[in-house]
Amino acid sequence: MSQTRKQLLTDPLVDNNPITLQVLGICSALAVTSSLNVAFVMSLAVIAVCGFSSLFISFLRHYIPNSIRIIVQMVIIASLVILVDQIIKAYAYEISKTLSVFVGLIITNCIVMGRAEAFAMKNKPFESFIDGVGNGLGYSLLLMGVGVIRELFGSGSLFGIMIFEPVSNGGWYVPNGLLLLPPSAFFIIGFFIWGVRTWKKSQVEAREYKIQTLEEH
Amino acid sequence: MSKLNNILTKFKNMPVDGMTKTLFVAITLCFVCSMVVSFAAVNLKEVQEVNKAIDKQKNILQVAGLYYEGIDVEKSFSSFEPIVVDLNQGKFTNRFDPLTFDDKKAAQDPGLSISLKEDPASIGRRTNFATVYLLKKEDGSLDKVILPIHGYGLWSTLYGFIALEKNGNDIFGLQFYQHAETPGLGAEVDNPKWKAQWKGKKINNDSGELMITVAKTQKYKDHHIDALAGATLTSNGVDNLVKFWMGEAGFKKFLTNLQNGAA
Repeated sequence: MSQTRKQLLTDPLVDNNPITLQVLGICSALAVTSSLNVAFVMSLAVIAVCGFSSLFISFLRHYIPNSIRIIVQMVIIASLVILVDQIIKAYAYEISKTLSVFVGLIITNCIVMGRAEAFAMKNKPFESFIDGVGNGLGYSLLLMGVGVIRELFGSGSLFGIMIFEPVSNGGWYVPNGLLLLPPSAFFIIGFFIWGVRTWKKSQVEAREYKIQTLEEH
Repeated sequence: MSKLNNILTKFKNMPVDGMTKTLFVAITLCFVCSMVVSFAAVNLKEVQEVNKAIDKQKNILQVAGLYYEGIDVEKSFSSFEPIVVDLNQGKFTNRFDPLTFDDKKAAQDPGLSISLKEDPASIGRRTNFATVYLLKKEDGSLDKVILPIHGYGLWSTLYGFIALEKNGNDIFGLQFYQHAETPGLGAEVDNPKWKAQWKGKKINNDSGELMITVAKTQKYKDHHIDALAGATLTSNGVDNLVKFWMGEAGFKKFLTNLQNGAA
């Protein structure tokens, strides 16, 4: 794999992460990270949809009329999402019940649409596919990170396997119930963004305003 | 042949943003995408149906308190005896095979259902025949009876089961297996803590009046279920549907008959 293609895949992981840098796709990141099993299936779904929608849109990019390009992208994304939703319902029924509407909401996930419009419309199919998968992976990386913290400290388990025996089962660990509620993901994502921007100073955005001090005369 | 070629070349040379090509792209894309989606839906339907059936059995086991992780659902389910009940007569009927009888389909069939004038559960039509599940003890005596219930919440129809003790009045558990209520709010009907409230509650008071209520404030301790916070409409829906199915239009006649040994 050439240098640029590798970059397409690895850049979105940290340097250009769709969640921490672009702050996209937050809504679903809040909803599906309370257990790792669910977060994992959601990650796979987003990687698949993001990769293949970029691929197909890139194939068609010379034939998509400019006036209806957003609709065309949406139709392709929506079809892929329904496809993924049907497959999950058939082969991971339990998880599909927990994911409920959130698989369907991948259609409105800004990451998928953003990659289609910003990258796939201008680049070759294979590069677009890698870019889509890379961004899906970036989303997944954060999702899994948040999921580990929420499930481990919220219910004392990882992937449903008990790590800290909770008090309710006769163990010692008192689970932090807040972590199972959606707002906790907000804090955790906030801490992640803080961490990444402390590590990679270049990601810190320039201030849009400057606090004025009164000059003494 | 050359004529067709001419048309093709003409079409090829049209601008991508022109009306003809825009329409062509839109229609072709819609056609192809709908083919893909329907192909997947039709082909995966069978697997999904099997999943649904197992999930239903699992929910019956759960509502009867028999489910634990890693259980063989189909095998354990054999301790239940499915049987079809005629709701108007309040009696068992052998007109249908309980294994293949579909309550939901029957509710759509004018010959097998009635249109409700008073319809608190917002279900439109009520089936005249429902499949209930009897859980028997080893000596063959009745242990629990599991009744199917459904009704409208906020966004969706909630489908579930209510498990009653053999006296037909004490609730053992309640569980919904299919709904599309708001995750985190109405979907808390699946919360084990909330469901645990139902255990031991009584449907009717001693004089036989229907008392079970899902509400914010507690009036009668034995008949009260706390409503879900932030989900008033879902709670009202559950209240209505439980009252409906436990009432005269629902299973009341059958439960009375069951007690008197007349079912």
